[in-house]
Amino acid sequence: MPREFTPKVITANHLLEGDVVYLTADDTWARSLIEAELIEDEAVAQLRLLEAEKQVDTVVGVYLADAKAGPNGPEPTHFREAFRMRGPSNYAHGKQVEL
Amino acid sequence: MYKYTEFDRAFLAERNRQFRSQVERRIDGSLTEDEFKPLRLMNGLYLQLHAYMLRVAIPYGTLSGAQMDQLALLAEKWDKGYGHFTTRQNIQYNWPKLRDVPDMLDALAEVGLHAIQTSGNTIRNVTADHFAGAAADEVADPRPVAELLRQWSTDHPEFQFMPRKFKIAITGAEKDRAVIKAHDIGLRIVERDGELGYEVLVGGGLGRTPMIGKVLNDFVRAEELLPYLEATVAVWNMIGRRDNKYKARIKILVHEFGLENLREEVAKEFELRKPLFDGDADMRLLAKIAEDFSAPEFETASTAVYQTAYDADPIFRAWADTNLAEHRADGYSIVTISIKKHGDTPGDASADQMRLMAQIAREFGHDELRISHEQNVILPHVHKRHLPEIHARLKAAGLATANIGLISDIIACPGMDYCALATARSIPVAQEIATRFDELKLEHEIGEMKIKISGCINACGHHHVGHIGILGLDRAGVENYQITLGGDGSEDAVIGTRTGPGFSYDQIVPAIETIIRTYLDLREDEGETFLQAYKRVGIEPFKAALYPEAKSRAA
Repeated sequence: MPREFTPKVITANHLLEGDVVYLTADDTWARSLIEAELIEDEAVAQLRLLEAEKQVDTVVGVYLADAKAGPNGPEPTHFREAFRMRGPSNYAHGKQVEL
Repeated sequence: MYKYTEFDRAFLAERNRQFRSQVERRIDGSLTEDEFKPLRLMNGLYLQLHAYMLRVAIPYGTLSGAQMDQLALLAEKWDKGYGHFTTRQNIQYNWPKLRDVPDMLDALAEVGLHAIQTSGNTIRNVTADHFAGAAADEVADPRPVAELLRQWSTDHPEFQFMPRKFKIAITGAEKDRAVIKAHDIGLRIVERDGELGYEVLVGGGLGRTPMIGKVLNDFVRAEELLPYLEATVAVWNMIGRRDNKYKARIKILVHEFGLENLREEVAKEFELRKPLFDGDADMRLLAKIAEDFSAPEFETASTAVYQTAYDADPIFRAWADTNLAEHRADGYSIVTISIKKHGDTPGDASADQMRLMAQIAREFGHDELRISHEQNVILPHVHKRHLPEIHARLKAAGLATANIGLISDIIACPGMDYCALATARSIPVAQEIATRFDELKLEHEIGEMKIKISGCINACGHHHVGHIGILGLDRAGVENYQITLGGDGSEDAVIGTRTGPGFSYDQIVPAIETIIRTYLDLREDEGETFLQAYKRVGIEPFKAALYPEAKSRAA
């Protein structure tokens, strides 16, 4: 039996800055996960992924990442995405201080 | 120190011009990411977890003060004020922007540095014993031939699209400080009947399938080294596996094809290639390169200042006891500067610290610095009378930690704090182990101890050859750390043995403490190192201490 679909966000790295970005519902790339579009339907996720992958002049390495709904917007479910959302743990660098 | 020729400068300028144009074409959309990626990797540019990462080669780990100053400039101007020295004698910048990278490469070229072939399926930066030219136990300085290999392998047209990356390390000493047995090819300069030649090891490597290098040829004559190495790499390039990246390294070829068969194929290929080389011309070039590496004029002066400080100042004495190594010249020391202050990130140095080390090298160290694969900085030639002054300056900059070879002198890869391949964090584990044993004030009592931490199976943190190795994995969405014991990266290289099930992030530091307390309880005396004790008693006492529940179940 296929695994049940879990909610996703579309994420990538920005071509010029290299930093983590998330696709929003209005097709822009946001720096912050809470602004991302949380996609709850698998067919929609695949379609949105194809659309995002076309933006080759803006982003690199587009993929679907697991997320869940939180009070302020999508939240990560895996620690890798938590680090991508925040920045490294050894210095106060990256999104944890820039956003 | 090797001085770039007009050819080197022109080559690098042209290469940087090409890369600048490739970046521009990527940005304007004429190159896709698929087209651009192999080009950026060949120039050391990765895309990591939070940003691009530029990996700059420090060939054979040698830097001048001016080069170190330039690394500081890059850190300040285009990064966040620091750089990360790696286990392959590179420096990594974690936060560059794509548009800035061509300027960074041009700035590096001003001082004869580059990022060429620090990534990609090419021959990578040739690493060497960080005590080269200074060690008391050396047959010959390996850096001239390492430079020859850099020139031979850089942009080598046959070796730009190989099955996988290819790493070469070289030492000129019996004691292996360059982990040559964990490289695709390890070279050791040896003397036979008064003639210098090379012992060639092949098929070492860590990663998913760790292997210790085996002797491919016990003596290759100096003038035949280039054709012999070229034959070896060529044979692998032709018959090495390309169907599976995890089986593509030469170690797998050695394993599947057999060392004897490989030796025969290399011998055949060598006969074909040898006429294409001019051994005499190569030797003349090598001799010319070697002039640039001639030893400084060592002074004869009193070391009384050193002795007085050693007797009077316990802090200086502790540092001198751990961070100095024997130099081949009387009155001199090799100084290892620890960039692993307890709680700091192993291998990181700030721009200010880099400049200070450069300045000290200029004033007191014949303008030479080295970067070790153990992620520290070395002043290879220091007269002992300067040591108290050097120590005082280092101390003021947080660079005088007396921990070389001790439990807090940890190798750690960047792990999931930076690396896109990582499956768990390494840096905070290293920070917490160092902090914990500093609090316990046990570091010096424990004695020689090499902990090495990798944040994924690729083993950049050399965990397989750590006395204690830690491998961070992702187990069902949670960080989990496996421990190996008894590994050794020296001339007696051994792959460590796994203790058993892994430990969670919260349990890993207590688990290391359990291992250390077990060792302290069972060692015969203070002179028996962890590795010696481990060899004597085996893994069982450590397993029993780590997994008491398993023992009680068995009982």
